[in-house]
Amino acid sequence: MIDILTAVVPVVIIGLICAAVLVVASKIMAVKEDERLPRVRECLPGANCGACGFAGCDGYAKALVENEGTPTNLCIPGADAVSLKLSEILGVEFEDVIEQAAVVHCSGDCNATEDNVDYRGIESCSAAKLIFGGKGACGYGCLGLGDCMNVCPQDAIYLKDGLAHVCRPECVGCGLCVKTCPNGLISLTPAVEDVAVLCSNKDKGALTRKVCTNGCIGCKKCEKVCPVGAIKVKNNVAEIDYEKCVCCDACTGYCTTGCIIRV
Amino acid sequence: MTKLIIILLSAVFINNYILSRFLGICPFLGVSKKLDSATGMSLAVIFVMLIATAVTWPIQMFLLNPNGLGYLQTIIFILVIAALVQLVEIVLKRYIPALHKSLGVYLPLITTNCAILGVTILNIDEGYTFVEAMVNSLGSGLGFMLAMIMFSGVRSKLEGADIPKSFKGLPITLVAASVTSLSFMGFGGIIENLFA
Repeated sequence: MIDILTAVVPVVIIGLICAAVLVVASKIMAVKEDERLPRVRECLPGANCGACGFAGCDGYAKALVENEGTPTNLCIPGADAVSLKLSEILGVEFEDVIEQAAVVHCSGDCNATEDNVDYRGIESCSAAKLIFGGKGACGYGCLGLGDCMNVCPQDAIYLKDGLAHVCRPECVGCGLCVKTCPNGLISLTPAVEDVAVLCSNKDKGALTRKVCTNGCIGCKKCEKVCPVGAIKVKNNVAEIDYEKCVCCDACTGYCTTGCIIRV
Repeated sequence: MTKLIIILLSAVFINNYILSRFLGICPFLGVSKKLDSATGMSLAVIFVMLIATAVTWPIQMFLLNPNGLGYLQTIIFILVIAALVQLVEIVLKRYIPALHKSLGVYLPLITTNCAILGVTILNIDEGYTFVEAMVNSLGSGLGFMLAMIMFSGVRSKLEGADIPKSFKGLPITLVAASVTSLSFMGFGGIIENLFA
């Protein structure tokens, strides 16, 4: 009995001392946290995508609570629902989130363009890009090894016929793929207006035509047909100004090579 | 002085906690993917090893040994180290937020790590004095850091390597770890002869 007591008592005493010290320390040295912070953080989706421009959801939550005037509509994946909740917690006016979705500006799949070389290196676009700008005949086009697919938190990007496609309804517009694509083919467009030029080849029309049957040849037909003047051909490739575009579909059926389509 | 240097060097190279004693394998495989997280983890380990030794050595010598309670060593050490790390975390959060942020989640994570308990118990078993025990803890921590940083380099190379599908992920990591460990076996017997 005594043996057990001599073992139990010191352990209990040390345990109690440790507990007492911890309780006192946590009371004395408690750090005051803004009670809104955990609530704000809970509202955010937690994807840590960085679309808001802060270091992850924690960073955005901290900025919202600490710096008054931080816009509540920066979380694009969260869309209006998150913005509404944030404005309620922080007691500011609701601001509309402009939903965006990614689109790959290339339509050079294996039926439209050909490979120059047989690439057998690392399965990564950024690695393939280092070797003479990739395997394809078109130096501007999709490398088709799926770096964007791997980085997508929503699994909204898939490869088909050696070309990356974005499943627009699933895309939350975080923009991680935009930063990843070594050819800069992906951009975010307003989710409601969904006409896009699926080519990024900046060579002259004849050169483009030689490497890809789907490429934009810069014929400016779309410029003329657009009723609101939203399309301009810059650097031999058509560009849509989404501020002006009314999504009337005038250009989509009219394009010579069919590279302006609804996405 | 020579003895202290021998203790330090042998703790770093010969009796390296990860690569020779095989303690602390969990953080070694878990957090060695990136250099910055490996560094953060290692700094936290060095820090906790030092304060744990500073507290457990006196407890063993002045409390347990005189009362014949040596058999309570393991449970008391775990108890004290856990409480201590919690306390240090509270203090750091209040007074040195920058350090608290850089040690981050690693501090409570390694509280119950076997490398920490291992170093405190081995300090007693080897019969070190207080100074020798502290030097041994520092060396063990530095050895941990060396292994972590080296291995994070190996792993970042593995990311880009063309590995057969069946070896991808953990298998190739374990193979790489064993080769790294093997290379550290080469240090055996060097330190003693260095000062002979």
